[in-house]
Amino acid sequence: MSIAERLPASRRGQGAALAAGTALWATAYWVNGWLWDLVLYDVLGLEPDARLTETVHFFLYDTVKIVLLLVGIIFVITVLRSYMSIERTRALLGGRREGVGNVMAAGLGVVTPFCSCSAVPAFIGFVAAGVPIGVTLSFLIASPLVNEVAIGLLFGLFGWQVTAVYVAAGLTVAVVAGWLLGRLGVQRWVEPFVFETTLGGQVVDSTAGLTFDQRIQMGVEEVGTILRRIWPYLLVGIGVGAVIHGWVPTDFFTTYAGPGNAFGVLVAVGIGVPLYSNAAGIMPMVEALYAKGLPMGTLLAFMMSVVALSLPELILLRRVLRPPLLAAFVGTVATGIVAVGYLFNLILAT
Amino acid sequence: MIIKVLGPGCANCHSLERVTREAVDALELEATIVKVEDYPTIVGYGVMATPALVVDEQVVVSGRVPTAAQVRELLAAAAG
Repeated sequence: MSIAERLPASRRGQGAALAAGTALWATAYWVNGWLWDLVLYDVLGLEPDARLTETVHFFLYDTVKIVLLLVGIIFVITVLRSYMSIERTRALLGGRREGVGNVMAAGLGVVTPFCSCSAVPAFIGFVAAGVPIGVTLSFLIASPLVNEVAIGLLFGLFGWQVTAVYVAAGLTVAVVAGWLLGRLGVQRWVEPFVFETTLGGQVVDSTAGLTFDQRIQMGVEEVGTILRRIWPYLLVGIGVGAVIHGWVPTDFFTTYAGPGNAFGVLVAVGIGVPLYSNAAGIMPMVEALYAKGLPMGTLLAFMMSVVALSLPELILLRRVLRPPLLAAFVGTVATGIVAVGYLFNLILAT
Repeated sequence: MIIKVLGPGCANCHSLERVTREAVDALELEATIVKVEDYPTIVGYGVMATPALVVDEQVVVSGRVPTAAQVRELLAAAAG
């Protein structure tokens, strides 16, 4: 029996469950720091400044904080996004020209509920409906690059300025990369079967006609699904973050990848592209590295390169894109991310 | 009744297939469950978000895994 089926059936019961859930969430978030201070320093009598204590404190505090942030964010975003659908997005993009189309596609990539496991049918569906290849690619780049988990965690850990910078940068990369790839005349590098596929007559809007209860249920289920999928990445990420936090000397990273190193961003993106994780696994490391003095531009570039380009997604896209286009896709997006990293290091340093 | 589960073999597609089999058994329907995995056919149904459920050539769910209760309702309605 799934969690959603255990929710109360009556409207009043659901309202009460929602209110209780919100109150529980807020309380847990509020007592988190205080609780671990109490347990580690007072109950267990550990030395607050000792390295091991700091590492353990970082791990426990961050695990609870990040899980709470994720639960809240995923729930709210899933419910909000259930009012959009990939079918509506395609209808909005159909017949748009490049340029305006790329901008719209990147924006819609952020708000449309979309799993990169559906990248192939979405690609074929968009192209069959007359959406230009470049515009379709803008959508496929923006969707993982500017994702809800990263937005929520950045907001929770670093505040709204960094979050706004991240969203603006991600959208720009998606618009420019999609537009450039469209300009290259990449039709010849798309697998021919894509153009031969015709759409069925009966397009079903995947989220239309849901009741509010069903949207709430979807939110609850999505929280469970995503947490089940990402918890190993999350624990490894927080573990690495905790070790960096406690053991790595402050000048270690600043010497090799700090503001003084011209190749810092390149190195970060070079490591990030082949690394397969997700925003939730990367954010604790970003948090710990930022505290060690690494510049935000380098860290944002690192995070973007991890979430935007991943081997499993490239293997999926290989079904519709020929190797030259796939290589151009990776190259353009990676270059865009590197540019973003340098630009923000420059802006934020002054 | 012919029921088709559309999806390239991802985790969600397997859950949808399992939920559907449970619903068919619970309702004691005479139904054939077919898995459709090739992309042109999936898109041919107008489906862009997998997994999707097709009952007698009508797309009834797309882009999510419905609860067992929802699938039972859908199948009961389709069976008339």
